Amino acid sequence: MSDILTRQQQQADESRRDFLYYATAGAAVVTTGAAIWPLIDSMNPSADVSALAVVDIDLEGVEPGSRITLKWKGKPVFIDHRTEERIAQARADDDAPMIDPEPDAERVQRPEWLVVIGVCTHLGCIPLGQGGSDPTGDWNGWFCPCHGSHYDTSGRIRKGPAPRNLDVPPYEFVSDTLVKIG
Amino acid sequence: MAGIPHDHYEPKTGIEKWLHSRLNVVGLLYDTLMIPTPKNLNWMWIWGIVLVFCLVLQIATGVVLVMHYTPHVDLAFASIEHIMRDVNGGHMIRYMHMNGASLFFVAVYAHIFRGLYYGSYKAPREVTWIIGMLIYLLMMGTAFMGYVLPWGQMSFHGTAVITGLFGAIPGIGEAIQTWLLGATAVGQPALNRFFSLHYLLPFVIAGLVIVHVWAFHSTGNNNPTGVEVRRGSKAEAEKDTLPFWPYFVIKDIFALAVILVVFFAIVGFMPNYLGHPDNYIEANPLATPAHIVPEWYFLPFYAILRAFTADVWAVQFVSFITGGIIDAKFFGVLAMFGAIAVMALAPWLDTSSVRSGRYRPMFKWWFAVLCVDFMVLMWVGARPAEFPYDWISLIASAYWFAYFLVILPLLGVLEKPDTPPATIEDDFKAHYGKSSDATPAE
Repeated sequence: MSDILTRQQQQADESRRDFLYYATAGAAVVTTGAAIWPLIDSMNPSADVSALAVVDIDLEGVEPGSRITLKWKGKPVFIDHRTEERIAQARADDDAPMIDPEPDAERVQRPEWLVVIGVCTHLGCIPLGQGGSDPTGDWNGWFCPCHGSHYDTSGRIRKGPAPRNLDVPPYEFVSDTLVKIG
Repeated sequence: MAGIPHDHYEPKTGIEKWLHSRLNVVGLLYDTLMIPTPKNLNWMWIWGIVLVFCLVLQIATGVVLVMHYTPHVDLAFASIEHIMRDVNGGHMIRYMHMNGASLFFVAVYAHIFRGLYYGSYKAPREVTWIIGMLIYLLMMGTAFMGYVLPWGQMSFHGTAVITGLFGAIPGIGEAIQTWLLGATAVGQPALNRFFSLHYLLPFVIAGLVIVHVWAFHSTGNNNPTGVEVRRGSKAEAEKDTLPFWPYFVIKDIFALAVILVVFFAIVGFMPNYLGHPDNYIEANPLATPAHIVPEWYFLPFYAILRAFTADVWAVQFVSFITGGIIDAKFFGVLAMFGAIAVMALAPWLDTSSVRSGRYRPMFKWWFAVLCVDFMVLMWVGARPAEFPYDWISLIASAYWFAYFLVILPLLGVLEKPDTPPATIEDDFKAHYGKSSDATPAE
């Protein structure tokens, strides 16, 4: 009788010990994670870096047919004052086969102003086409020299390894000539 | 160490005994240096010492360079020019550090392909191999981050491209890329942390090198025959081996001296031969250089990264069955890391019962093609991504994977290997004759 009791007691002891092992191990994992997380999180963008996220740009004096580049969050933003011809070209191609189909009307707020982030969606090079003498690719938009991606007058990828169209940043027209990006 | 029987350290004098009973450091060094080493090792077994030299050279020159360098986007480029023009001997120290990275990779590729040919990765040396692969990965990370520090055009846009690789991971990619860079684009946060890690990782490598050496001291060295050292008794083991000190130390130092003649000729007379002129233009976030090319030692894997474009059927197939989650860009990233992963798995993919390629008549040819393949990938990685280079890189990438995933497993079944010599002593005598009975003068 006493033997059986002892065995039961032993089993109870063992499961109690198991529980303590698991509880200790669990606490150790959680504590380690809690200690490491702030270190990992500290590598995310700091407050001052995030704070630079809004840029105002005055478009007065940007002639139709010319393009300007500005820096937003460390990246170039391409603003194209599109001519009627370029708009027509972009709209005519809306139904053409594309890697990332998107109608031109959804990519612009005002057809004459195209605002895109000037970073190739392949591996992050800066496409050519902003300078007057730059190659603009087969669709008269931009051409990325790194791996040969061609973008059209709406900033859409038409040929090459890039998977997406040039991204459109969040922006709004504060007035007819003032744009707030970010 | 365990394994091959040999003499161990015996403290003799009083002070030796005093220290030995408190800390066995002399014994550890003695056993490490006096390890019985197969006496038939050929010249391909010198690269380990060259690699140790490179690590020491890079750490020593690096520590000094840091004393003059400023990790700030506005000052980094100027501080490199300050090192080059103003610091006493600074140009020489920097050129040694720059070209030291290249020597490091020459040696590591020779070392890896040595292992691949003589079957050094096979049982029981898998752990040595895996640790070696980890060291190689860390070397690539360290070299990449070091290349960012001068803050030239190639530094900047190379970083954009390489961190862009992580952005290709579906779903969480962009968050990972932002976390890596500490911003949405390459800038001050990225430069600062790469500087920190570029200083840290070489010491991690040094730690792993100790484990790497420990691992092959546990199993004993491989050798050109792939035949194990006899370890029945000390006398038997001594017929197959010589102590590392002084025999192999002298041989390795001689080889190192020859290699350093070439190295210093390059450092002295053509220090920028392996670099890119674009990196002497300060970083400009708004303009990418016309031609982004990584350093030569990354080119084979860069070629694999670029080889798999959206028009390759394998990419379309994978994209289809994963419902588009794995697109061409992510496929390329997976292929690049996969190319190193399959190499790390070689111990389990190679099914042959014979270790050394010397006794494998069919393997020899496939291995020779692999060496050529590696060179072709290196060449094509620097060419523009257009016809015919896209096809060449695709075929060469396919062979890389086929070698590890198809040829190595199949050869073990299809090939009839030659008979290796029974002992290392036999091989040694066949090469060096019996005149001295192959016993070195003591």
